[in-house]
Amino acid sequence: MIPAAFDYKVADSAEAAIAMLGEYGDEAKLLAGGHSLIPMMKFRLAAPTVLVDIGRVDDLSYIRQENGHLAIGAMTRHTAVEHSDVVKAEAPMLAHVASLVGDPSVRHRGTLGGTLAHSDPASDLPAAVLALGGTIVAQGPNGTREVAASEFFTGFFESVLADDEMITEVRIPTGTGGWNYQKFNRRAQDWAIVGVGVADGGKGISLVNMGSTPLRATAAEEALAGGASAAEAAELAAEGASPMEDTNADAAYRSHLAKVLTRRALEAAGVA
Amino acid sequence: MSVNGQSQSHDVEPRTLLVHHIRENVGLTGTNIGCDTSSCGACTIHLDGQSVKSCTVLAVQAEGAAITTIEGLADQSRAAGTSTGDQDWHPMQEAFQQCHALQCGYCTPGMVMAATSFLNENASPSEDEVREGLEGNLCRCTGYHNIVKAVLSAAGES
Repeated sequence: MIPAAFDYKVADSAEAAIAMLGEYGDEAKLLAGGHSLIPMMKFRLAAPTVLVDIGRVDDLSYIRQENGHLAIGAMTRHTAVEHSDVVKAEAPMLAHVASLVGDPSVRHRGTLGGTLAHSDPASDLPAAVLALGGTIVAQGPNGTREVAASEFFTGFFESVLADDEMITEVRIPTGTGGWNYQKFNRRAQDWAIVGVGVADGGKGISLVNMGSTPLRATAAEEALAGGASAAEAAELAAEGASPMEDTNADAAYRSHLAKVLTRRALEAAGVA
Repeated sequence: MSVNGQSQSHDVEPRTLLVHHIRENVGLTGTNIGCDTSSCGACTIHLDGQSVKSCTVLAVQAEGAAITTIEGLADQSRAAGTSTGDQDWHPMQEAFQQCHALQCGYCTPGMVMAATSFLNENASPSEDEVREGLEGNLCRCTGYHNIVKAVLSAAGES
C-alpha cells in the first residue's frame, strides 16, 4: 500500500514547522515518528497534500526534571520515555505505559507529542497523560499556550490544536503515589479493547477506548474522594462513557470491562 | 543515506516507503514485505542502529541515516570482530542456523534484525523478555520456540 502523493517539507525548528503549517493550512500535516500517520496514509484514511517532517528537530527531544514536573520534549521517542531513569523514578506510570505501546520497533519511532496530537482514544499514552494530570504545551505563530490534558482532547482523532499549532512539550507532575495501568487485549501488540489508568492513589482515573476521546472516570474519582471503596468506585467507572461497538466488543461488554479493570487497577495501585 | 556502509544517492518520490526503496532502488531484496501494516516485522531493518519497520518509514525520512539490512549484518560483525562459526556470520545468524530457528524463512531476516537490536538494548535477557522483545515480529509457521532459543543462545555468546 502506497500513500497518495504529497509534497514533503523538512522543518529544522518548531518555528519553521509552524510557519509551514500557516502557509499550507489544513492540507498540511506534521510528520513526527509517523507510526500513526503513515499507516493511515497507506490505507488512504488520511491524504494530506503536504507533510512537514519535524523528525530532525532534535531540540524537541529531551526529558528534564523541573519544579514539580517532568518536561518532556514532543519529539521524545517512546523508547526514550520507557528507558529513562528519571521518568522511571519520577513518573513511573508514564515509563510503564510507554513500554506497552506497539512493539519495540514501533517505540523506536513513535513520539510522545505525536501520539497526543493524533488523539486516538484507543492509544495508551494519551490516557496515561490524562490520568497523571499532565499539561500539553502548544506553540503557534503567536507564542505558546499550556493546555491541561483534561481540556486537550475534543473528539475522535481531534484535539484543541489549531491548524498552525504544534505540541512542543508535555509536562507530567512528578510523584510516586499508587498507580497502575490495565491494558486488556487479546493479542500481543494490539490496541487495548479497554484500558484503565490509575494515577496518584486514584486521584486520576482514565479510560482507553471508552468513547471518542480518552476519558476521565470522573464519577469513580469523585466517589473515591468521598470515601467509597475501590470496589464501589469501580462500579461507577463507565458512568457517562459512550463506548463504541466493533468486532472486538459491544458497548455493554466494554462498560463491564471498564468496571472490572478499574477495580483491578485501583487494587493494584494500593487503593483499598 | 548509507546502506550497509555504502553511500547511496537516489531521487525518490516522497511517498516511497523505505522498504520499497531498499528493495527496488538499492536492489537488496533480503528485507521482506509481509503485512505492509507495521504488524508483522518482516521488513525490520536497523535505522541508525535501532530496529524499525521499514514499511512504515518514508525513504525521505531516512535521508542521511545509516541503514543496515540483513545483507550487511555479517559484514558489520566481521568489522567489529564479533562474527562466529564456519561462515563467519553475525552471532545471531549463526545461532539461528544452529538452533534451526526457521521453517519457511520468510520472517527470518526481520527476526534476526529485531533480535540483534533487542540484544543491543538488553544484553542478557530472560526467556520472557526475549518473547516480549520480539512481539512485533510474527512467524506464521509459529516456529517461535527455536527462535527464542536462538536469541538466548546468541545472548550467551555475546
